Amino acid sequence: MSIFINEKTPVLVQGITGRIGSFHTQEMIDYGTNVVAGVTPGKGGTTHLGKPVFNTVNEAVNATGAEASIIFVPPAYAADGIMEAAEGGIKYCVSITDGIPTHDMIRVKRYLFARAKPEDRMILTGPNCAGTISPGKAMLGIMPGHIYKQGNVGLIGRSGTLGYEAASQMKELGIGISTGVGIGGDPINGSSFVEILKHFEQDDETEAVLIIGEIGGPQEAEAAEYFQKHMSKPMAAYIAGLTAPPGRLMGHAGAIVSSSGESAAEKVEILEDAGVMVAPTPSDMGVTMAKLLKV
Amino acid sequence: MNIHEYQAKKLLAKYGVPVPRGGVAHSATGAIYQANELGGDKWIVKAQVHSGARGKAGGVKLCESPKEISQFCDKFLGNNLVTNQTGPEGKMVSSIYVEEASEILKELYFSIVLDRASQKVTLVVSTEGGMDIEQVAEEMPEKINKIRIDPSVGMQPFQARQLVFTLGLPNEAIGSASRAVMKCYRAFRDTDANLLEINPLVLTSGNKVLALDAKMSFDANALYRRPEIFEFHDKTQQDIRETNAAEHDLNYIGLDGNIGCLINGAGLAMATMDMIQHAGGEPANFLDIGGGASSERVATSIELVLSDKNVEAILINIFAGINRCDWVAQGIVDLLNKRDIDIPLVVRLSGTNVEKGQKILKDSGKKVITADTLADAAYKVVDAWKGNK
Repeated sequence: MSIFINEKTPVLVQGITGRIGSFHTQEMIDYGTNVVAGVTPGKGGTTHLGKPVFNTVNEAVNATGAEASIIFVPPAYAADGIMEAAEGGIKYCVSITDGIPTHDMIRVKRYLFARAKPEDRMILTGPNCAGTISPGKAMLGIMPGHIYKQGNVGLIGRSGTLGYEAASQMKELGIGISTGVGIGGDPINGSSFVEILKHFEQDDETEAVLIIGEIGGPQEAEAAEYFQKHMSKPMAAYIAGLTAPPGRLMGHAGAIVSSSGESAAEKVEILEDAGVMVAPTPSDMGVTMAKLLKV
Repeated sequence: MNIHEYQAKKLLAKYGVPVPRGGVAHSATGAIYQANELGGDKWIVKAQVHSGARGKAGGVKLCESPKEISQFCDKFLGNNLVTNQTGPEGKMVSSIYVEEASEILKELYFSIVLDRASQKVTLVVSTEGGMDIEQVAEEMPEKINKIRIDPSVGMQPFQARQLVFTLGLPNEAIGSASRAVMKCYRAFRDTDANLLEINPLVLTSGNKVLALDAKMSFDANALYRRPEIFEFHDKTQQDIRETNAAEHDLNYIGLDGNIGCLINGAGLAMATMDMIQHAGGEPANFLDIGGGASSERVATSIELVLSDKNVEAILINIFAGINRCDWVAQGIVDLLNKRDIDIPLVVRLSGTNVEKGQKILKDSGKKVITADTLADAAYKVVDAWKGNK
């Protein structure tokens, strides 16, 4: 099993008729993703890329049984789109949208938390991520699918393109991926490393995990603690931003060293102390995983 | 986005937070006029730059005559103020804030932040005002008190009181302090702020609290719905390279090295910078060209990197997903057709349409060093840079 999505998962695209939504929906269909419908308010009843378009998520879910959704809605409306997905009965939601205001995301998190018990709660990954891919099965994202080989490593990353780098380095060495999950570069994101690690720990198909972190925030340290206390599977990591100056926002809204424990060097130390194998440079992500798997 | 102290105080005053009376000036004459308007015989005169630790750098002074105010203005206006937070070049002082001097009984610390661990707006207070809060957190963590706000209902008055009671204030001051805290929260909430820091928040002789300093910062992603905040934007406080980049909607941070970088994705950009350093070089900048970059955007980005005169070699590292390697390659060739670049240019393309991209570079006959992997690219650019020196 992969986690979150496979070739059967019925997928809904929120913002399917937009320029970016259209392009990536076609890419996802070509990859083999079971896209069943799209949502664009005001365009209900039409067809786009051969898929029915609905006005609301609720209608789309009722008509098609969609379980997962991907959001290409512009930043000002994306938080609304995520909450609509949860209300409509979506179980797994990927928000690609970059630039959602932080205060909106705080409300989204509270809404998701308050409206359902943990076991019924919609899982959100992103925003500001490249999406999720279960190689060879389905792709719910904007990544180049061909660089991912199907296999047994769980991949989690805050950065999209750095995730591509890791996937292609592993493919080069013959190492495949069970599921690759982008959790995004924003300060408040849907799921943290720990929340995804829980799923990989339970997944039969995943033998080891690679996490790709960066400067800023507490998530890598939390992942180190979770790994030490609760994980039976081996884990490798890479942390970007050793050369990043403190107090400067490095592109991602969440990539800023603002308090102690948030620099790359500190995160590397915390992870190594917990027994995680840390790649010394970004070009060693693949070989570090090979070493961990002893292949 | 950061704003000046005087702007933050103006904003807080609008929400009813007590701040000292004051006025902003852009010349010595203006500053003396503001002092006369305020009256009295003592004024606090403050250089306005986007940085903390201005006091330690000499940028805040108690003046007792118009002559002193004039001297202060002559010294700072039009010059850069260097603090331990600005970097060695410092930041340009183009305005001076003149305030009435306040009688201080006690200095406190107050801030509102977005706490990433709890994912909630969090209020922080300490009795140790005027100090660096990071230092207090390290040495006397028991002197810091926090309260987290439920985003569905917002802050409640009892929470403000709870926080204020930890500050050991006289009973007469509790009401005024709690109201000030509530008003700060509303200002923070209604403006999409991500930081509000008042250090110090002081208790005056009349048992009133007063925001003696104010620092605010706002979520750049929310400025589209906060035009009144965007008005406060001051370009002079930014690196000129970053201002140029922002005009082209590019994400650029100037650094001190010699190897110019042009990369897609913030994480890959940071990783590439790390790799350059590992290979023995120093990055001159962080530049994320983002997704779906057109040929024109690539050309503009290279021009931007080249505008930094410290740049002695360039590394372009693109892992295309949403991007297209052929567009990137075309952008490079288009620029090279327009102008010569006399420093080494290393290009690594990977991902979507990589073969097309490589072919465009090869067929152009231009002097471009190509690389296959991230490591290969970093070593090649550092070698070429050293060889070219």
